[in-house]
Amino acid sequence: MKKLSKLIVFFVLIPLIFGCSAKKPKDNTIIVWHWMTDRKDAFSELATKYQAETGVNVEFKLLFPPETYSMKVTAAARAKTLPDIFGILGEKTTVGSFIRAQHIADLTPYMNENFQEWKNRFYPQTLDLVVFKDGNSSQVKPGIYAVPIDTTIMQFVYNKSLLDKLGFSAPPETFEEFIKYAALVKGKSDQFGFVCGWGEGWLLNALAIEWAINLMGEEKFLQTIERKVSYTDPDWLKVFTLFETLKNSGILVPNIATMTNKESEDAFAKGKALFSFNGSWSINVYQQLNPEIQYGFFSLPKISIEHPVKIWGGSGSSFMVNERSPNKLEAIKFLKWFTAKQQQVFLIEKTNNLPAIKDCQDQMPEKLRKLTLNLSNLTHPDTWPDNEDSRVIEVINRGLQQIVMGLKTPSEVAREVQEKKDKIFRK
Amino acid sequence: MNASFKENSLNFSFVAPALFIFSIFYIYPFFYSFILSLTNYDLIGDFNFKNYYVGFSNFRDVFTDKDWWKSMYNGGYITFWALTFQNILAFALALAVDKVVRLKKFYRVVFFILPVLSEIIIGLLMKQLLIGEPTGRNVFNNLLNSAGLGFMAQDWIGGDRVRMITALVHCWKGFGWAFVILFAGLQTIPEQLYEAAKIDGANAWQQFRKITIPLVMPVITLVVVLTILGTMQAFAMILALNAGAGGETTVPVMIIFSHLGGASKLAGLACAEGLILGAILVAVSFSMFFVSKKVREKYGVLPS
Repeated sequence: MKKLSKLIVFFVLIPLIFGCSAKKPKDNTIIVWHWMTDRKDAFSELATKYQAETGVNVEFKLLFPPETYSMKVTAAARAKTLPDIFGILGEKTTVGSFIRAQHIADLTPYMNENFQEWKNRFYPQTLDLVVFKDGNSSQVKPGIYAVPIDTTIMQFVYNKSLLDKLGFSAPPETFEEFIKYAALVKGKSDQFGFVCGWGEGWLLNALAIEWAINLMGEEKFLQTIERKVSYTDPDWLKVFTLFETLKNSGILVPNIATMTNKESEDAFAKGKALFSFNGSWSINVYQQLNPEIQYGFFSLPKISIEHPVKIWGGSGSSFMVNERSPNKLEAIKFLKWFTAKQQQVFLIEKTNNLPAIKDCQDQMPEKLRKLTLNLSNLTHPDTWPDNEDSRVIEVINRGLQQIVMGLKTPSEVAREVQEKKDKIFRK
Repeated sequence: MNASFKENSLNFSFVAPALFIFSIFYIYPFFYSFILSLTNYDLIGDFNFKNYYVGFSNFRDVFTDKDWWKSMYNGGYITFWALTFQNILAFALALAVDKVVRLKKFYRVVFFILPVLSEIIIGLLMKQLLIGEPTGRNVFNNLLNSAGLGFMAQDWIGGDRVRMITALVHCWKGFGWAFVILFAGLQTIPEQLYEAAKIDGANAWQQFRKITIPLVMPVITLVVVLTILGTMQAFAMILALNAGAGGETTVPVMIIFSHLGGASKLAGLACAEGLILGAILVAVSFSMFFVSKKVREKYGVLPS
């Protein structure tokens, strides 16, 4: 009996008590948590290189899928067991909460050292996403709180071979042309006009925002977030109607509203669609899925010439330093090294991602270099003075999915979005 | 007195480890969820109840949230199909197999293969079978074409029939599980009762109504309650199959998950949603046990 009690205590209580406690960081080791499966090997190689150069061991820990990664980071923040370096997948308000809870180090003094040498390496548009400005809505001390490690730009993609077959020498510039070109592919040997991972609402949202800004201008768009313009405004109705037009024109892949981006990339890489809407990371994805595919990027098909086209983009992934980490300075030193030209060029070669720093133009493949021409037209929620409530975004995304599934009309969706916004505001 | 105290202490010590674990993993989370539901805490900083307290506004938000009730409707719709189509089919097959003399174990194993598979696997597998043309893996449509029924080929999980398809996939997965439990219940009914009824001149329908149904009623109740609990809390299979299909198959747990783990970190709201869902399910479960008791009383299995 006594033996049994001891066994119970040993196997149940001891792991319960000690299993949950925080692990002490290993000496001379920097722990990095990330979710980027495509860069796993490249990161390991860089860690080996850093150890050879400095003697400091860097351990990259991949946590996947992103939802699990996010949960892990939140739980670790609660338990104050965050690693030395980590990233946050979420809105800027979430990053603000982490800063207020003193989980993230202010990197401004380090960025400003040596006449802002570190800060000046980055594309301003990329760095902008991790900067909290004066009077920010998160109410955190102004400063730079993260280190961008790459840049992301959302663009339309076209299949060059298919477009040539249709007799067009250049991709469409307007929405009407886009529909016209795509409609020519409809039903031809299992090919479709347009494919996109619209099962992931953010891709719909990014596109809707690009069209909204092109139609009404950035100022009016931002006024919607401030509640000065309603989502039932004729301009917004027109934006929602664009998705209905896409559906009615028959150019969309049948299951587009439930498709993941991975599936969409797979379909495009296999030549099943003429157009797609995807991020700059897709260069790497298409290369892996089908090295033979001929494709090119093009800007948003315009719906108005009154306002300029703004492209969704900026910092793709960024790393934060744990304010409480005993290795804080070592972690910052590593990130400085990590964002130096040599390492960024290495990442370009290995992953085909757009770098976060400016000085790599000469080392970039043609496709990436062309994408950087759009950097001056970028827009992103993290750079806006205020952000839309996540529950409103949820209703917009779901509504757009329902439009492309033919279940709701644009005016029904506009009304529902505004109702949600009003309800949240009343509260 | 002393002996009794000693005896009680000894008895309690046997229960103590289980009680300790139960308290940590069930009772404490329940109360903590209730406390969180009264706040707008984002799960990130240090928790201070006073600073985050918002009263019962999260509960009010849930009760007036159309999306939440739509998700309850979606869950209810799938549950309706699981309770009727899935369980009636499972019961009918369990009755048939119960009368089979040979290969009973074989049938039990065959029908239990699906419930053993992970929900994610079922979701992804069905997605591959039902998905539209572009990825070239639309097995179901290809089969229809081969059978000369090409006019029926369509986008099975993207159109307006997505809720029905999701319900059927859920039934397909849950069917074997209901079958095994009902089959086990049927096998506990003594054969002598049927023989005595036959001698008394009872026909098959009378035997089924007066013997099988009353005696298997506790098992049916259990299956009904577990079906309701399981279906209303379904999540992974639907996420893998169609990710909610624009709200058409979004079920309550998906909403809770998006508020808890999404970019917004609305933990208080998510906890309020969880507690409301829990309360509804507890009420439904108890009412089912009450109905079961009444049926058994009516047929004399239980004294009224």
